[in-house]
Amino acid sequence: MATPSTEIVESDILIIGGGMSGCGAAFEANYWGQNLRVVLVEKAVIERSGATGEGLSAINCYMGQRYGWNTPTDFVNYVVNDMMGLAREDLVYDVGRHVDSSVHLLEEWGLPIWKKENGEYERIGRWQIPIHGESIKPVTAEPARTALGPENLYERVAVTHLLTDANDPERIAGALGFSVRENKFYVFKSKAVLITSGGASNVFRPKSINEGTGRTWYSVFATGSAYGLMIPIGTEMTQMEHRFVPTRFKDGYGPVGMWFQYFHAQVLNAMGEDYTVTRDDELRKYEPYGSAVPTPTPLRNHQMFLDIQAGLGPMYMRTDQAMQRLAAGDPAKMDEVRAEAWEDFLDMTISQALTWAALDIAPEDTPSEVVLAEPYIMGSHSGEAGAWVSGPEDLSPPDYFWGYNKMTTIRGLFAAGDGVGAAPHKFSSGSFTEGRLAAKAAVNYVTDNQAAPTLDDAQVKSIQEAIMAPMDTFDRHKGASTAEEVNPNYITPRQGLVRLQKIMDEYAGGTSMAYTTNDATLVRGIHLIELLREDLAHLAARDRHELMRCWELVHRTWVGEAHMRHLLHRKETRWPGYYYRADYPKLDDENWRVFVNSKYNAANNSWDVFTKPYHKIVT
Amino acid sequence: MPTFVDPNTCNACAGEHQGPLCVYICPNDLMVLDVDVNKGLNREPEMCSECYACVKLCPQEAIHVRGYADFVPLGASVQPHRTEDGLTWDVHFRDGREFSFTYPSRTRPAGTVEPYQNFTEQRDADLRNQSLAGESLWLGVPDLPTIK
Ligand SMILES: Cc1cc2nc3c(=O)[nH]c(=O)nc-3n(C[C@H](O)[C@H](O)[C@H](O)COP(=O)(O)OP(=O)(O)OC[C@H]3O[C@@H](n4cnc5c(N)ncnc54)[C@H](O)[C@@H]3O)c2cc1C
Ligand code: SF4
Ligand code: SF4
Repeated sequence: MATPSTEIVESDILIIGGGMSGCGAAFEANYWGQNLRVVLVEKAVIERSGATGEGLSAINCYMGQRYGWNTPTDFVNYVVNDMMGLAREDLVYDVGRHVDSSVHLLEEWGLPIWKKENGEYERIGRWQIPIHGESIKPVTAEPARTALGPENLYERVAVTHLLTDANDPERIAGALGFSVRENKFYVFKSKAVLITSGGASNVFRPKSINEGTGRTWYSVFATGSAYGLMIPIGTEMTQMEHRFVPTRFKDGYGPVGMWFQYFHAQVLNAMGEDYTVTRDDELRKYEPYGSAVPTPTPLRNHQMFLDIQAGLGPMYMRTDQAMQRLAAGDPAKMDEVRAEAWEDFLDMTISQALTWAALDIAPEDTPSEVVLAEPYIMGSHSGEAGAWVSGPEDLSPPDYFWGYNKMTTIRGLFAAGDGVGAAPHKFSSGSFTEGRLAAKAAVNYVTDNQAAPTLDDAQVKSIQEAIMAPMDTFDRHKGASTAEEVNPNYITPRQGLVRLQKIMDEYAGGTSMAYTTNDATLVRGIHLIELLREDLAHLAARDRHELMRCWELVHRTWVGEAHMRHLLHRKETRWPGYYYRADYPKLDDENWRVFVNSKYNAANNSWDVFTKPYHKIVT
Repeated sequence: MPTFVDPNTCNACAGEHQGPLCVYICPNDLMVLDVDVNKGLNREPEMCSECYACVKLCPQEAIHVRGYADFVPLGASVQPHRTEDGLTWDVHFRDGREFSFTYPSRTRPAGTVEPYQNFTEQRDADLRNQSLAGESLWLGVPDLPTIK
C-alpha cells in the first residue's frame, strides 16, 4: 500500500464532530472569535451526520421562559429527580437558561415548529415542543457551514486520537485523523479543542440480530468517540456507570414520548393491567425519588420490568384507545390524529413506520408492543456519562469551576453535548446550546492563552503508524488462510464488535442477564475486556471504510471498559430499571449521592476511580 | 437489506457535480458506486439505520428500503417524495392498504440564512459575560437568569 500523505492543519479552535453541539459551537465560535481560525472536522457530511440526521419530531428541551412556562430552576428540579438525585445543577441550569435562544434561532433559520391558535408554540409535555423536524439537521448545519467557510470544514475525516502538548501532558495540542476517502492523514494542531463527537450505541449486544443491528435505538452513527478520544489522554470522566434503557416500540425503536404525553396513551400488560397502578408500592422503596412527580424514568422502567419478569407480557401501547378517544367518532379529526401519529415516526424513526406497515398495524385499530431495549451510554439524552467539566463562573461552587465553562480537566480541551457528563436532558436543542457555551468559553481561553502548543513529532509518527496498522495487518497476514474472515493472526472490526457486545451483555448487566450484575461478575468482565483491548492491536481492515470501523470499535471499547469500572465502584442500585447490583440492591443516598469519576493513566495502563461531592445549588 | 438500489432507475447521478449523491450523504459511509455496473450499492446493510438520508436525496428515487430481515415481514414499503417545502410519504401495507402523508420540513429555502443578522452583542465588551451571540434578540426574556 502506498504511504499516505499528511496534511497539517493549524487552528485556534478545533471542533471534532459536526452534530448538534458541533454546529452550535461553529456558529458561536465564529461570532466571538472573528480573528481566530476555527476548524470543524467531521467523519461524515454535516447536513445529515449524527444523532439528528434522520430528523426529529420534537425538541425535547425548551423552557418557554417568554411564556412563563418554566424557569431554569424548575428544569434543575425536574432533571435531578429524573436522574434519581444525581446531576450537576450548575451545568443543567446553564443549559436551561440559554436553551430558548437556540430554539428561537432554529425557528428563524427555517425549522417549522407547531403552533397553537394564539401563536404560542404547541406543547407535548412540560419541556417538549412538537416540530416538523425531518430537516432539523440541514437547518442546523447551514449557518455553521456558512460561518466556518469551506476552507475550515474537513468532512469525511475520522478523528482517532487527541494529542497533548509535548511539554505538558495536561494541556491539549490537537488531534489526529485520517480521510475516509483518500489515502491521507490529518494532523490538527490547535490551541483549543472541542469534543462534540456524540454518544455511544452498540456497546451492549442489541436485541436485534443480523441485518437489524443497524437499527439501534441511539444512532448507530454514535460510536463512543467523545469518550474514546478523551479517556486515553487522562481526561477526568464522570458518571460513566450511568446508562439509559429506553422503553420503545418493539424492534423499530419508535419513540414513546408523544404517545404518553400528547396522545395520553397507556401501556397495559397482556391482562389489561397498568403497571404504574398495580406496582405503585414498589416506588416506596426508592424514596425520596419514588414520590417525585413525574415518576423518574428508571422507576417507570422498573415497574414495567417487574411485569415482564413476572410473565405478564407482551406489553402493549394502547394506541387504539388513545386515538379513538381523541377522534371521538369524528372522521375528519381521526385523519388529523392519524397524520400526527405517523409523522412522529416518519420525522424521526422511519423504520418503525415501515414495521407498522409490514405488520398491518393501523394504530387507530391495533395496539403495538413496547419493550425495554438494551442499555445505551450517552450524556445528552436521558443518560449522563461524559467528561467532568468546569461550570460557569456565576453558578458553580469553587470545586466545580476552573476558569472556563465546559473545559475538561485537560487545559484547552472542552466538551459539549454527549461529551459532557452529569448534565443530561439536553437533547438536540440543549446540545446545540452547550456547544455554543463551550465555544464562547474556548474563545476566552484562546484569548488568554495565545502561545501555540508543541507537538511531539515522534509521538505523532508512532500514532500514525498505529492508525494504519489494521490495513498492514491484513496485507501481511491474509495469505495465512484461504478464508479472509478466519485467520489466526487477526480479527475483523465486526468480530471485535460482537465480542465487546457479548462481554458487556453478560458481565455488565445487559438484556440477557436481566440488567443484573455484581462485583465478581464485573471483575471477570473487566479482565475479558482487557484481553479484548490487547487484541485490538490485531485488528485487520481491507479498506479505509473498515479502517474507520476499527477505530470506532477502539472508541466503543474504551466506553465499555469505563462503564464496567464505574459500575464496580458504585456500591448501590441507584437506577433500578436501568441496572441492578445483585450484591447492593438498595439505593443508598447517605453514602452514594456523589459522582463517580475516573482517570485513565496511560503511563502504567491503570485507572483511578474515585468520588466527587454533590453540591446543591438550586434544589 | 435495508436500503437497496433499483438498477433500472439508478443512473449513477449523471450530471451531479458532487458525484453520486447517496455516496456523498450517507452518515455511515455505506453507499458506494459499484464500479463494475456503475450503480449505487449499500455495502454494509447490517450497519444501515434506515435513516433515509440517501433515499431522500437520490434524484432518481432509485433507493428503496426493504425492512430488516430479522424482524420485518415482506411486502410493505415506505417511500418519500420531495415536495417544494417538505416530503410526501407513501405508505404501503403488507395487506395492500395505502396511506399518504405530506409534511413540511422547512419554512425558508436552503441557502438564505445570514447567521448573525442584527446581533448586537459586542465582540470585545461582551466576550467575558455569560450572554451568547444574539441573545438580546432571541432569548425571549430581558435578562439572562442567574442565581448569585
Ligand atoms: C433516536 C433518537 C431520538 C432522539 N429524539 C430526540 C427528540 O425527539 N428531541 C430532541 O430534542 N432530541 C432527541 N434526540 C437527542 C439528540 O439527537 C441528541 O441529544 C443530540 O444530537 C446530541 O448532540 P451531539 O452533538 O452530542 O451528538 P451528535 O448530534 O450525534 O453529533 C456527533 C457528531 O460527531 C461526528 N463524529 C463522531 N465521531 C467522530 C470522529 N471520530 N471523527 C469525526 N467526527 C465524528 C458524528 O458524525 C456527528 O456528526 C434523539 C436522539 C436519537 C438518537
Ligand atoms: S443517488 Fe440514486 S441515482 Fe445517484 S448513484 Fe445513488 S442510487 Fe444512483
Ligand atoms: S438509509 Fe441512511 S444509513 Fe442507510 S444507506 Fe441510506 S444514508 Fe446510509
